[in-house]
Parts: sequence; structure tokens; C-alpha cells
Amino acid sequence: MKRVLDEDPVATLSAPAVEPENPAAPRLMTLNMGPQHPSTHGVLRIMLELEGETIRKAVPDIGFLHTGIEKECEQKTWQKVVTLTDRVDYLANLSNNLVYALAVEKLLQIEIPPRAQWMRVMMAEFSRLNSHLVWLGTHALDIGAMSVFFYCFREREDILRILEMFSGQRMMTSYIRIGGLALEPPRGWQKAVGKFIRGFPGKVDEYEELLDANPIWTRRTQGVGFISLEDMLDLGVTGPMIRAAGLPWDIRKSEPYSSYDQFDFEVQTKKENDVYARYRVRLGEMRQSAKIIAQALEGMPEGAWQADAPHVVLPDREKMKTQMEALIYHFKIVTEGFRVPAGEVYQCVESPRGEIGYYIVSDGTSKPYRIHMRTPSFGNLQALSVLLKDSLIADSIASLGSMDFVLGDTDR
Amino acid sequence: MNRKIEHDAILETQESFGETTLIADPEQILNLCRYLKHEEKFLRLSAVTAVDWYPAEPRFEVVYHLHSIEKNERLRVKCRLSGADPQIDSVCEVWRGADWYEREVYDMFGIKFLNHPNLVRILMPVDWEGYPLRKDYPVHGYKYSYPEEQ
Repeated sequence: MKRVLDEDPVATLSAPAVEPENPAAPRLMTLNMGPQHPSTHGVLRIMLELEGETIRKAVPDIGFLHTGIEKECEQKTWQKVVTLTDRVDYLANLSNNLVYALAVEKLLQIEIPPRAQWMRVMMAEFSRLNSHLVWLGTHALDIGAMSVFFYCFREREDILRILEMFSGQRMMTSYIRIGGLALEPPRGWQKAVGKFIRGFPGKVDEYEELLDANPIWTRRTQGVGFISLEDMLDLGVTGPMIRAAGLPWDIRKSEPYSSYDQFDFEVQTKKENDVYARYRVRLGEMRQSAKIIAQALEGMPEGAWQADAPHVVLPDREKMKTQMEALIYHFKIVTEGFRVPAGEVYQCVESPRGEIGYYIVSDGTSKPYRIHMRTPSFGNLQALSVLLKDSLIADSIASLGSMDFVLGDTDR
Repeated sequence: MNRKIEHDAILETQESFGETTLIADPEQILNLCRYLKHEEKFLRLSAVTAVDWYPAEPRFEVVYHLHSIEKNERLRVKCRLSGADPQIDSVCEVWRGADWYEREVYDMFGIKFLNHPNLVRILMPVDWEGYPLRKDYPVHGYKYSYPEEQ
């Protein structure tokens, strides 16, 4: 793959290669940041145009992690696509599973039993905690607070163990499937989740204490990375960044899905609209997620964990080996997949980073005709050039971190 | 959506799965988008994408997903384009966020957006040939075609 600076139209900056004619004109320097810069958390390249230490222009260049997932989806049967959605945003894989399952279920018009819906909410919130913990740890590490990283990864490890207990996988769980869940919740899950959720709010206090009592942290984050709410809405920014600017918009509240309307939680907002406000919003969201998980644990409905739709959901092993009907369904689903009625839907959910929206077109066959993934990192990253403009280069690390993007999510 | 949106550019209104779709005239897309943003308060453009209906004609559909936080409404606008020389006006001047989405559609489908500020490939390398999400593009690309397909 050839990406030479001179031939790259993305990197066409206005910096003159020769001495400017007017000696009083500012001398600009072009700096290439990334694609392997540690603070870009993945492979993001940013071309910066500097005047002294001030960034006058920032041009992000993405696509280094493009893997053609949308094309790949068109080759697989509906159920197999679930494994690809995990790999889009690998820190919040369950949110991606959920939005895909919800969209296909909308097309199929199948009813999901309450137990599966609540379980999905609980798993999506674990996913949010996981993602916010990785964000907080690495963001603090970028700014220089090393120990927070170890504290956050301690709790993340507990979450990954719980995910492993449920699905057999730590990261690429594919636990939420079309028609319900992949496996029956394991024996003793209440004990494991209960133990975690009792201890977790205290852990959040620990992070808060570690960071807020640290004058370096507050000085490096307060008043840094401002971008107006109008700009953000115009540029397609979603999620905690919008809420840190004072707009209480959360898809879990405004367009509730998977029985989120039965849970009691608050949308976290801040007015300051800087890196510190985004940190406070995410910290608040961690507390709210813990609250949601505790409610799910308390009031988990009994009953089926899969929809009553034998043409979509794989039969129970026991039934499959003893009943003719179940065997036929099993064979059909595994070999050719199930058909989804022709139509198109757009379904969105609130991921840890913002709005994930899947636009799915079906032509009535057993494979998706087109899946477009509106990923939050792609939308958010568009605001980067506005966010970094006229800020100091040292602050760019804090501003970048506060956006919380995942490059796999951006490039798909 | 409970109410009906009226505009000259709207050819057809469809309702399915509780979602509203407007089929619009591609010539007037810019006018319609200005109207939807300023009069109907769809301040957010969620995404722009396309669907390839090869070999049918008109081949492409450009799909805009709009959202209004104020009214808590979502709207889908679709324009049908011919496969011969697909082009449509860019809506970047209405929503700046359309920039990267239109570049992505150009990159993946080869649909040209007129008056776009910087219409270059975004995800694929700049010297890439072909448009990967078109239905006549093989999933493994052209470079590694198997002999029987050549």
C-alpha cells in the first residue's frame, strides 16, 4: 500500500515548502503524527500544521484499519454476521451485537422474551463499563497518571471474567444473537455479578480520588479541548461528548430499546464542555451502569432466554437429538440459514461512544443485501480538526483522548 | 411519523416498520435538505450511505438518515441514481458532517458528489482501483482473481 506524502491528497496542507516572501508572515511547520503514535490508540494519522506550539490546522487521515466488514457481511448468512459485529468496536462488542440483533428482529418481527431483554441490557452495560474503564485507564496514562491504568484494568479483568463465564469468550463474545442469547445464563451468575456490583461503586470512588486530588490532572484537563455544541451537532458528534456540552440526549432514554424504559437511571450531563467535563460524564455513566446492572440482577425476570421462533433460533441439543422437527430446523438453519423478509430498517443504540446505527437492507434471501454501520467513532472523529484548531500541541493528547474513539470502529 | 412532510422534491412517501422514507428527486436534493434542516428542524445528519441494486436500473440509491433531537424523530431520504454516471449534489453546505460520509460513498460506490470540498478516497488507499461495495466487485478483489474467473 502506497501512501507517500506528496501524492496523498488528504495531506495537502497550505504549509509552504520554501521561505515565505513576507518575513513577517508566520512560519508554519508540518508535523506528521501517527499512524503509530501511542496516544492515537490505534492507527490514526494526523497531519498537523504548527505555528510555534499552536496547531493551526489538523487533518486526520483514516482507513489504516479498514477490513471491508460491510462487504464481508453480504457474503455471510444472517446469523454468522453476529461474529463480524463483535470486531467492529472491539471494546464495546456487545453493543454492536445488540444493535444488529435488534435490527434483524425488527425485520423478522419476532418478540424477544423479557428475560433475554433484561440480560441484553445487563450485558450492554457491562460492555459500557469495560469500554469506559479502558478509556479512563489509557486516557490517564496519556496525560501521565500511570497508576490509574492498573486500577482500571483490575476491574476490567473482573468484567472480562464475567463475560467469559456467560459466553466462553473474554472479548469477542457474540453473546447476543438474533432471537435471544447464545447460551443459557450459567449457573451461579447471580453470585458472580452480585459480588462485582457490590464492590464496583467503591472502585469508581477510588479512581475519582486518585485523579481529582491530583493537581496535574485537573490542570491538564480543565479548560482544554473546547468545541461548541452547534459545531458538534453539525459535524455528527454523538455520545458523552455531546452530554459534556450540556445536551441531555441519550438514545437509551429518547428511543428506548430492549426494555431500557423499565430501568431507573439518569442521563449524565455537564456544562463545561472540556476534557474534564467529558471525564466527569463518563465517570457518572459508570456509576449509572452499575446501578442498571444492580437493578437487572435484582429484578431479572424468569422464563425463556430465546424467542419462540424455531425457524430462526437453533433448537435445544436435547430436542435436536430426539425430535424430527427440531432436527430439520437445525439442519436448515445451519446449512442455508433462515430467510429474512425483504425490507429496510435503521436501528440505533447508545454505545459507550455514541450512536451506533445499523441500516440493514434485505432482499428476502438468507444473506443480508446491504448493511451500513453508522459507527460513533467515525462521526466523532470528523470533529477532530475543529477540536484541535488553535490549541497547543501538548493539549492535543488530552483532547484526542477525551474523544474516546476506537479505530476499528472508525474504519470497519 | 404522524405528520406528512410536503415539498416539491418529494416523489413518494413510504412507511415501514414505523420508519418514514421519502423518495426524493436527486436534482433537488439540496433544496429539500435545506428545507428539512431549517424548517423541519432535522439538525442532525446521522449518516449518508448507498445501496447498489445491480443489475437493475436505476442502479444506485443514496440514503440519508436524518435525526431531530428536539422532536425526537428520524427520517430517511432516498434518491435513485442511474448506473451510467452516478452523481448528485453534495449536502456538505447544509450539514458539515456529510463530508466524510459522502467521501465514504464515493470511495465504496463511485458516486460523485458535486461541489464537495474534498472528494477523495477515505478508507481505501488513494491509488485503489474499483469501488469495493458495488455488487459486481468480487469479495476478494480483482488482484487475486482465480483463473476461471478471468
